[in-house]
Amino acid sequence: MSDLRLAGLSVAYEGVAVVSEFDLTVASGEWLALIGPNGAGKTSVLRAIARLVPFQGEIRIGDEHAATLGARELARRVAMLPQEPQIPAGMSVAQYVLLGRSPHIGYLGRESARDRRIVADILRRLSLDALASRHVDRLSGGERQRAAIARALAQQAPVLLVDEPTTSLDIGRQQEVLELIDQLRREQELTVIAAMHELTLAGQYADRLALLVAGRLVAQGLPAEILTEPSIAAHYGADVAVIEMNGSGRAVVPVRR
Amino acid sequence: MLGARAGARPAVLAGLPRLPRLWAAGGVAAVVLACGIGVLVGPVHIAPGTVLQALFGGAVEPGQANILWSLRFPRVVLGAIVGGTLAIAGAAYQGVFRNPLADPYLLGAAAGANLGATVAIVLAPGASVIGINLVPMAAFVGAGTAVAGAYVLGRTVSGLRSATGLILAGIAIAAFFNSIETYVQQTHSESIRQAYSWILGRLVTAGWDGVLLILPYVVLSAVVIFLHRRLLDALMVGEDEVTSLGISVRRVRLVIVVAATLGTAAAVAVGGTIAFVGIIVPHTVRLLVGSSYRVVIPLSLLFGAAFLVLADTAARSVVAPAELPIGVITAFLGAPFFIAVLRSTRAAAL
Repeated sequence: MSDLRLAGLSVAYEGVAVVSEFDLTVASGEWLALIGPNGAGKTSVLRAIARLVPFQGEIRIGDEHAATLGARELARRVAMLPQEPQIPAGMSVAQYVLLGRSPHIGYLGRESARDRRIVADILRRLSLDALASRHVDRLSGGERQRAAIARALAQQAPVLLVDEPTTSLDIGRQQEVLELIDQLRREQELTVIAAMHELTLAGQYADRLALLVAGRLVAQGLPAEILTEPSIAAHYGADVAVIEMNGSGRAVVPVRR
Repeated sequence: MLGARAGARPAVLAGLPRLPRLWAAGGVAAVVLACGIGVLVGPVHIAPGTVLQALFGGAVEPGQANILWSLRFPRVVLGAIVGGTLAIAGAAYQGVFRNPLADPYLLGAAAGANLGATVAIVLAPGASVIGINLVPMAAFVGAGTAVAGAYVLGRTVSGLRSATGLILAGIAIAAFFNSIETYVQQTHSESIRQAYSWILGRLVTAGWDGVLLILPYVVLSAVVIFLHRRLLDALMVGEDEVTSLGISVRRVRLVIVVAATLGTAAAVAVGGTIAFVGIIVPHTVRLLVGSSYRVVIPLSLLFGAAFLVLADTAARSVVAPAELPIGVITAFLGAPFFIAVLRSTRAAAL
């Protein structure tokens, strides 16, 4: 099981609380979007789950306490797609994606034929096989994001954390990346937790939204329940119109003051 | 699951870094060639045939055999070991600090090793601990202290993403250690000659004793660095990303830095101050063959060995019958190279 439960999660940087007493349950195979204004603590929640920052409280993945897992064990259960992956110069796409197999390889071990097969398969699946020998730093923004997704997939972790997956992508690439994540989630029953800026896209792709403000969970529920004009005005300080689109979720559109 | 579906297919994955056989063969050939030149060049002419006879057990005139076995063979072997070690230590430091200008000497390792050795020579001449000469151990402690100091200082000044912060920290540490070293030498003038000869490098006098002295350290250092090639590649992505792949960045860094510093200290113990080998060789390999440490480490070992043997040969030929310190040759070639690297990375550095 890959359901995820956070109980009383708190994160502080140098004594300043950025996430406080945060409770959340995400079902196995569900896509939950963390939304909220800048500095609300969305990324910190993701970083805590990936154990990149010290935290208080409890994180359970399935039946296991995340805190009791070793680093590699955790990486076999949780993969993280950072907002801006650091792209190494001169590294081929194949090698970059193969890094995702690290949690399955011993400290001084080497990649096995099975690891290479898995990566070859993912590259084909993500239409990256033609680019396998290209250097990651020579790819376009959308291709890079696909390579980063491929690397996260190579971990074969049931939980995928995604931090602002569409930053610096054009609208076509945004759609492409989110469709890809959604498709992979359905195929592989991934549990996806994504920090998302774009409210329209968050509402379109996520099953549920959790609204964070100043490190606290303010509301959670279906997109239709969370994406309302008064709520966005109150928490984002934005004048917006929320427009129902036929069968394609709700568009959150800024309105000129 | 992906893994299950993938199982039936052949393992074909293009684009993975492999050590190119041609380059590996070229590296071995370069070492053999450099050693050949190193053995043949010297004030006494010795024919190539004589060298081969000496190597393969043929009868050689005793005087020439003595020159070969006591002077020239140990010297080229030592040069190759020192060069290879410095080159892979440089590559390892560059990987760990993610900094293209990291070099054992620029990080203060040499100054630290010299200080450690000077203190040991002055305070406890000829002393040994459990049968091991104290001087290389003291050199290692000094080198380790200096690298750790540069690392901590560089991080507090500008974070390790900046090349200049780390290098400036290394220079500051080196200057500090040099001043203490000079003070210790001046206040113990009776052993100044011994300390100086150590610092200037002893490829000329170290002989097979020198080879045996450093061999355990450099072998250990090289083995550890070789075993970490995959992890050095992994460190090329961001620190958080490496951590989220289940790799302990701190542990990897610590192990590699200790190994590289051990090798450097051993190399300094017989080679003295030889700067820039750790920059020139790995960068040239990267430019020519690619940036994966799976390729950079083995080829740096080979070409570093060949490079230093040739540099040493030049150092004892240019002003023959006198000798230049090898460091003069490596710095003469290395400084312009360093500037070129600095220019190409200035955006990241500043």
